[in-house]
Amino acid sequence: MFDTLFFHLLLNGLAHGMLIFLIASGLSLIFGLMRVVNFTHGSFFMFGAYVGRSIYLATDSFVLAILGGLLFGFVCGGLVERIAIRPFFGNRVQLLLLTLGMMLVMNELVKIIWGPTILRFPRPDYLIGSFMLGDIILPYYRMFIVGFGLVVLVIVYLFLNKTRLGITIRAGVENPEMVQSFGINIKQVFTFTFALGVSLASVGGVISGPFLSVYPEIAMDNILVAIIAVVVGGIGSFGGSVAGSLLIGLINSFGGFYLPQAAMAFNVVLMALVLLVRPQGLFGRGGVAGGR
Amino acid sequence: MNPLLQLNDVNTHIHDFHILEGISIQVPREGVTVLLGRNGAGKTTTLRTILGFNPPSSGEIRFDEDLINGWAPFRIGSLGIGYVPEDRGIFSGLTVYENLKVAARDGVKEMDRRLEKVFELFPDLKRATKQQAGTLSGGQQQMLALARILVSKNRLLLIDEPSSGLAPIIVDRVAEAISELKKELPILLVEQNYNMAKQIGDNYYIIDQGRCVHEGQMQDLEDKPELKQRYLGVSV
Repeated sequence: MFDTLFFHLLLNGLAHGMLIFLIASGLSLIFGLMRVVNFTHGSFFMFGAYVGRSIYLATDSFVLAILGGLLFGFVCGGLVERIAIRPFFGNRVQLLLLTLGMMLVMNELVKIIWGPTILRFPRPDYLIGSFMLGDIILPYYRMFIVGFGLVVLVIVYLFLNKTRLGITIRAGVENPEMVQSFGINIKQVFTFTFALGVSLASVGGVISGPFLSVYPEIAMDNILVAIIAVVVGGIGSFGGSVAGSLLIGLINSFGGFYLPQAAMAFNVVLMALVLLVRPQGLFGRGGVAGGR
Repeated sequence: MNPLLQLNDVNTHIHDFHILEGISIQVPREGVTVLLGRNGAGKTTTLRTILGFNPPSSGEIRFDEDLINGWAPFRIGSLGIGYVPEDRGIFSGLTVYENLKVAARDGVKEMDRRLEKVFELFPDLKRATKQQAGTLSGGQQQMLALARILVSKNRLLLIDEPSSGLAPIIVDRVAEAISELKKELPILLVEQNYNMAKQIGDNYYIIDQGRCVHEGQMQDLEDKPELKQRYLGVSV
């Protein structure tokens, strides 16, 4: 049964899962810590793709495109948090409407700047081609996405578990008030987490460009699956966002091949099943509402 | 000597409710000051008002030289006011060591320097540094909540109902630990368990319906059965 098709779909699913992970991990941390569903997250993924493409075309350096995408996301994320999110903090309905509205504006803005059509994001020469493993074709670029995702995963994991700031973020997901009583300015932690999360989405957009091409709809397509991945994995849990994303990526890849009409339905059915059996998500603790 | 912490005619509203109706208390620079009173009297709100979580709508709160009402909670925390809430406020998904690290306001070096003494006081924690805090027993979680305060230089401890939800034998251990702490730090303690309060308290304030209705030396309260019965529900 493990034919070449299987490996093709597996690699495809993992690559797509890693892209979802880059969106979902930030989304999950931001929601867990700040109780904000950041709908702009998919739009920053999309903007990252456009900005990365522009940088790549201008400089001919894919590394610069990646760094530019990271920086762009970090700066914009920080600004959005300070200017737009912070004044409405604590009011979930207003924040939901705010990020939803910003998402719509960003999705139109991108059409004004770069036009509504699909743009090609060329691969750098060294990532063109495939590796042959017997009969199995492993395209370099897809392996690169998986590898890049793994590196980010390890870095973020180490940050969250080994640094005081990272541990503070995890503590804040559980009890932000207590964190403040230890003399920590939680608002700065919020801004940093938001900026970090957005920069991950933005860099995800950059590396998705040569794989998915660049067009406005990638924002909406990806924010929806990322939200599903977060809910499946458990809100606020980093490990959960990894598991949820890879699961969704694989389901999309295999489901999309065998039953393309039902690809999105698979995601929703998976989410419904998880919510029925484990409402807190695969790796979550507490209820979906998180008790706050 | 002027008191370490002083509340003058403090009023606190939570949403539309007037919870503290002009509280005035003084916490001296040593010993345990106990806030007594029935459920819903405003004891916890008093602590939360001091900490800035429920800022006062009027009145003044003075900590040493600083007028701290209106300050952000993290600034109040950085002054050296440690807090143990009634639910302990443990980060259950973090390990014991990580819980301590978040609390290490003066840096990890200072924390490691202090840990030896902290572990002497709470030997259970030393064996469990890598354990997830959520898997600790209720008593151990209370120990961890106290330990978190001891890893930084604090000048005052606010402890809310440390006996709540614990088995009597564990309550005794917590009381012993707090008696140890009071040798080094002044403590403002909220406690419903009158016996525990009697055992470790030095001064008391009785709070009822958001006001201080009585204050004095803890040992004098023993001879006032009518106060105990009326405000604390202690039968004579």
